[in-house]
Amino acid sequence: MSQQWETVIGLEIHAQLATKSKIFSGASTAYGAEPNTQACAVDLGLPGVLPVLNEEAVRMAVIFGMAIEAHIAPYSVFARKNYFYPDLPKGYQISQMDLPIVGNGHLDIEVDGISKRIGITRAHLEEDAGKSLHASFHGMTGIDLNRAGTPLLEIVSEPEMSSAKEAVAYMRKMHELVRYLGICDGNMQEGSFRCDANVSVRPKGQKEFGTRTEIKNINSFRFVEKAINHEIERQIDLIESGGTVVQETRLYDADKDETRSMRSKEEANDYRYFPDPDLLPVLIDEDFKAQIKAQLPELPQAKKQRFKDDYVLDDESSTILTSSRPLADYFEAVVKESGCEAKMCANWVTGDLLAALNRADLDITDSPVSHERLAGLLKRISDDTISGKIAKQVFEELWQGAASADEVIEVKGLKQITDTGAIEAIIDKIIADNQDQVEQYRSGKDKVFGFFVGQVMKEMQGKANPGEVNKMLKAKLN
Amino acid sequence: MYNKTIAELAKGLRSGEFSSVELTQSFLARIKQHNSLNAYITVTEDLALQEAKAADARLAKGDAELLTGIPVAQKDIFCTEGVKTTCGSKMLDNFIAPYNATVVEKFNNAGAVMLGKLNMDEFAMGSSNETSYYGAVKNPWDTNTVPGGSSGGTAAAVAARLAVCATGTDTGGSIRQPAALCGITGLKPTYGRVSRYGMIAYASSLDQGGPMTRSAEDAAIMLQTMAGFDEKDSTSVDLPVPDYMAGLGNSLKGLKIGLPKEFFGDGLNSDVAAAIEAAVNEYKKLGATVTEVSMPTLKLAIPAYYVIAPAECSANLSRFDGVRFGYRCENPVDLTDLYTRSRGEAFGKEVKRRILMGTYALSAGYYDAYYIKAQKIRRLISEDFKKALSEVDVIMGPVTPSTAFGIGEKIGNPIEMYLSDIYTIAINLAGLPAMSVPAGFAEGMPVGLQIIGNYFAEDRLLSIAHQYQQVTDWHTYTPKGFE
Repeated sequence: MSQQWETVIGLEIHAQLATKSKIFSGASTAYGAEPNTQACAVDLGLPGVLPVLNEEAVRMAVIFGMAIEAHIAPYSVFARKNYFYPDLPKGYQISQMDLPIVGNGHLDIEVDGISKRIGITRAHLEEDAGKSLHASFHGMTGIDLNRAGTPLLEIVSEPEMSSAKEAVAYMRKMHELVRYLGICDGNMQEGSFRCDANVSVRPKGQKEFGTRTEIKNINSFRFVEKAINHEIERQIDLIESGGTVVQETRLYDADKDETRSMRSKEEANDYRYFPDPDLLPVLIDEDFKAQIKAQLPELPQAKKQRFKDDYVLDDESSTILTSSRPLADYFEAVVKESGCEAKMCANWVTGDLLAALNRADLDITDSPVSHERLAGLLKRISDDTISGKIAKQVFEELWQGAASADEVIEVKGLKQITDTGAIEAIIDKIIADNQDQVEQYRSGKDKVFGFFVGQVMKEMQGKANPGEVNKMLKAKLN
Repeated sequence: MYNKTIAELAKGLRSGEFSSVELTQSFLARIKQHNSLNAYITVTEDLALQEAKAADARLAKGDAELLTGIPVAQKDIFCTEGVKTTCGSKMLDNFIAPYNATVVEKFNNAGAVMLGKLNMDEFAMGSSNETSYYGAVKNPWDTNTVPGGSSGGTAAAVAARLAVCATGTDTGGSIRQPAALCGITGLKPTYGRVSRYGMIAYASSLDQGGPMTRSAEDAAIMLQTMAGFDEKDSTSVDLPVPDYMAGLGNSLKGLKIGLPKEFFGDGLNSDVAAAIEAAVNEYKKLGATVTEVSMPTLKLAIPAYYVIAPAECSANLSRFDGVRFGYRCENPVDLTDLYTRSRGEAFGKEVKRRILMGTYALSAGYYDAYYIKAQKIRRLISEDFKKALSEVDVIMGPVTPSTAFGIGEKIGNPIEMYLSDIYTIAINLAGLPAMSVPAGFAEGMPVGLQIIGNYFAEDRLLSIAHQYQQVTDWHTYTPKGFE
């Protein structure tokens, strides 16, 4: 390769807003209902029906705008984007074109320890279309309009990412943010969070952008990386073999790991946008903004810093704990409830709890061990009722549904034995039964000490206080 | 019975002079008798008699409203649950709405009896009712002439006493022009005064439903029921609805009338001009003063309208694609075929013409030159009216340049047809309320006087029309053969 290439990437993310009802009708937005049972007259585009804007969607867009420190438009306008498709009931999509609700903002990402600020051009509100179903209709197409009218926030970045890695970091950060703000459930399988990527390459140092292609509808972090890398490679190969990139829309095929052309610029629709006369302009005043600002939750960046400062946690734990709002809330509740050292709480949450959740493929919100129960367990560790080892056993019981650590400790008799008389009796017995090992130890084989500890703990079913056992053993053997 | 006004009929229903069932039967009989006018697309005989029965029960219980038991009819642009709603198009010949338009709901709640659905130009695009898939409507004053459009079925039905009163819609003159050509009273309210929910959209920023009646008093009663904020229509306006009946008797002393010189230039038939002049003189006798006003942008109204209205309709009519409801072509081979043949076979010529004009005006490279420019003109026209209405209380002029023209006379020449709305279109662009009031005859055909008022001044317009109808009897004339 003689030429050095540089990549330019911009992302358009579609985040489905977590409103209860649709953006222009009262129908439910719940996922997974029987086809066409959540589509009312407005969603079906029946003659004579009119859209009425869901205020909650506007509120969520403004929350988002504030979180990315963007300009919130005091006056924004819905427009009709005209095209025919069977799952687009009105023959136009209500979207925003010239006057979007959210203007210039930014999001900071981190790749390989280096932080980078990515500009966000705009974010606008629009309605989703329905779904065309091609299977099992005897060669015909079925249409499910449950999704039609679901509110979307389309978030358009500046073309400021220069690798697939950065694009993934941006997408992850955005995913984390919208979930933090409570404006999107982030469920990528259900299509609640998906993206289109605009990709171009240019010789290193060149100012002008190369011709870009748009890769449509990518719905996983893994695919974003693969699709972009594949597309970069395709474009470079094409140019180096004497060809030129044509501006077109391409579709990523995850099965074949390739992108293929959907339509070229020449075939592109002229969407004939014009302001929707059925809807009034959206006016946002300072009062409304102040109200929202007051309700704005703590953002991930700030939360992470606070965890480092207030709980004295390391970077890694803080990052993990603040990766989702429910996880951070859970951790804070455990600290508060247990009164234990934050570091220990963090270790348990990021260690045993997350491991168990991962194994069971559960989200923190579905954890079988509530924060109260985990706090109950940690309290018994820090007051020396049980050892850390026994605690793992108790945790397992809690995971299986036990009501509280105290109950498990009580019923199973797991309370740590600190009665020196009882421990001494066992130690004497172990020493008497293992004279060979005593000899070895006394002749300088220090390692054998561990054997005695193990034997004592085994005899006492792990309930002896390990510190006490150590101390007494040492005294007896030396 | 059928010559009585709403107020008179309401009295008769309460005194027991006749029942709503009897009243309804007499109208149903007249509709059958004068079927050749082609005013109705659908007559809902059984439903009407059921509703009449219910109205009689309500009257007997004593909780009736003014419209309870009164036989009315709906322009076939308003969706009616369980009853075919065609919008005058083959496209919707099989369409039965699963819901009621807000306006229909309001009439139902008032206990009015619906006789049926009235003929209209296809999707309200037309000025003669000749674009209807269901055929032309005849003007009862001369059955060789058109009743006007697009609310031609309504105007003919009310003039011929085939309904006490009926609804119309007005996008560029579709209430006022047919009211004028058929000698009845029509009111286009301020944009946003009457809910558009369930009223099949032609041009959403211009469409407005309103009453078509034989008198201003009846229009006041109807508007009282129709007007008001509707949370289902974001463009309806949340302002209190005044008592329209209460203000009808207000004196006109000191009323300032403006006559735009642009309304009285070339193209206005001299007999029509004379009738309007006579009407203005009546107002002078009632204590009004008259001044000339000028609105230089009025001449731009038709070109601006024929960009904005088609642009909006090109999107509004996209939902008629043969997929979910309405007409679908036989054996489509693929999606494109389904779209092109369903739309090609079911839309009429005028509808296609406007969809094409609108699509063109919104296209990349033309949008600024047409759509944006037309919107600028629209603002200028509104400014002109604002200025004029700061100098005078109301503006008066003719509704149409001539009386009813012959069936077939203009249908082949769209530009000439469009010019028949030359005095009405600007009012829609400005969103103002305006009325058409019977003001005499020219060679035996009715002439309408147009009264244009300020935003939400419907009460004022109604009282101005009502006062005139107290000293003239033009509104009481009945076409020959329909007495």
